[in-house]
Amino acid sequence: MTATGTGTYTPRPGAAPLPRMIAAQALLETKMLLRNGEQLLLTVVIPTLLLVLFSTVDIVDTGSGEAVDFLAPGILALAVMSTAFTGQAIATGFERRYGVLKRLAASPLPRWGLMTAKTLSVLVTEILQVILLTVIAFSLGWSPHGNPFAVLLLLVLGTAAFSGLGLLMAGTLKAEATLAAANLVFLLLLVGGGVVVPLDKFPQGAQDVLGLLPIAALSDGLRDVLQHGAGMPWGDVGILAVWAVAALTAAGTFFRWE
Amino acid sequence: MRSDPVVQVQALVKRYGDKTAVDGLDLVAHRGVTAVLGPNGAGKTTTVETCEGYRKPDSGTVRVLGLDPVRQSSDLRPRVGVMLQSGGVYSGSRADEMLRHVARLHAHPLDVDALIERLGLGSCGRTSYRRLSGGQQQRLALAMAVVGRPELVFLDEPTAGLDPQARRATWDLVRDLRADGVSVILTTHYMDEAEQLADDVAIIDAGRVIAQGTPEELCRGGAENTLRFSGRPGLDVGSLLKALPADCSAAELTPGSYRVTGKVDPQLLATVTSWCAQHGVLPEKISVERHTLEDVFLELTGKELRS
Repeated sequence: MTATGTGTYTPRPGAAPLPRMIAAQALLETKMLLRNGEQLLLTVVIPTLLLVLFSTVDIVDTGSGEAVDFLAPGILALAVMSTAFTGQAIATGFERRYGVLKRLAASPLPRWGLMTAKTLSVLVTEILQVILLTVIAFSLGWSPHGNPFAVLLLLVLGTAAFSGLGLLMAGTLKAEATLAAANLVFLLLLVGGGVVVPLDKFPQGAQDVLGLLPIAALSDGLRDVLQHGAGMPWGDVGILAVWAVAALTAAGTFFRWE
Repeated sequence: MRSDPVVQVQALVKRYGDKTAVDGLDLVAHRGVTAVLGPNGAGKTTTVETCEGYRKPDSGTVRVLGLDPVRQSSDLRPRVGVMLQSGGVYSGSRADEMLRHVARLHAHPLDVDALIERLGLGSCGRTSYRRLSGGQQQRLALAMAVVGRPELVFLDEPTAGLDPQARRATWDLVRDLRADGVSVILTTHYMDEAEQLADDVAIIDAGRVIAQGTPEELCRGGAENTLRFSGRPGLDVGSLLKALPADCSAAELTPGSYRVTGKVDPQLLATVTSWCAQHGVLPEKISVERHTLEDVFLELTGKELRS
């Protein structure tokens, strides 16, 4: 029973090169995300609607200046949260539930490779979101200022913090619980995180607490730069960095693959 | 002299809370097809998943292709194919999409289209995974296990719930894998599957291997076979018994229907027929019943397999 000839199934094992594996995985993850209606609602439809609606209809007093200048940075923060946190938590929760993570764990793709691919997929989606929302914001008369590197740093740190929180949730709760909780958190942070409603509308005590949320730090930081032309909003950068380290560490510690 | 074992499990213990799933299990699988047979809850899946590197043994050692499945996982994973009992595919992916993806993770994968045809999944095409029938999902999982051209595949209940045609397609593929030099470890609770496919069968019950050998060895060892014949009612069974070897028994079950149990071999058959000739009996409907794995299992465990 030695493997002599070359039958169809004659063993010829081997892993594909690592970059090819990660690229294939990132592509598949992105495809799954873009094909999912609920995900698109969360990542594209809701941010777009909010941006257009709140910019054109005077629902919330956004302070002096054009409403879109206040809203666009908040909506960009919301877009990051919708993809890195809500979308990733729900998708990963169900992948865990349906044994996808388990099956991939037996494939040649290492676990860190899978996580890298997930991050790439999140980044690709965010780039598409940012392009779309920027175009819409410009058409609504947006005039952004500030240092693009500060914006990039805030977006990356926000993505890291939200990814950590999303994976922590997906890796510890049941899929249905993740689905419910991720949507609830999305809604609460949308209202109370300075996305469309300025934080100074809240009582002072609440402001102090809400200001420490990652969504508030991200929208506030982006607003400081894009609306007010600040250099580097170190306070918000610091808050996001702490969230990122804490959430990713917790996710790395508590994530269960099945 | 057989080559190195593909799987070597020694004194494996695995507990979940206070429940012991695997309780000092020893198993050696050589090249070829090894069936791990046992009722639900016997510890089959836990054993296989420990070999696949999913679970860390509480004690004991596990070696697969000579490697530690947990610590040498990255060396082992490309060489092993895994078919989970269920799931493993993105619910939003199309039937062939995940298979093509798994193929891309390997250096020298099989031709995906040919494999899809081979397993009768050609008609599924772009159907989404969640709309496939249970049997189609299972064949897809099987395809995912073999597409990377592994040396060894683990199939966990590969034909549970399949219709006969799909079952045959799976069996044919396992035979082809074996013929091409791929080793297969499969868990099953179907006796016929083990008898049909396996070079070697390990019977597991309550977290231990209680018997291991070729299907023939298992059916022969210690087990008694049965010879039945019909004749006129009221034959002298005592006289027949005297003609038989000492460890046999004979009985008239219903009038005219006789049963001889013992080591049924050609000699025994000759003894019975010559006894019949001496007594002027023409035995009708003479039959020899081979002892099946099912009988062996029942004797070893006192349990029906499918309970």
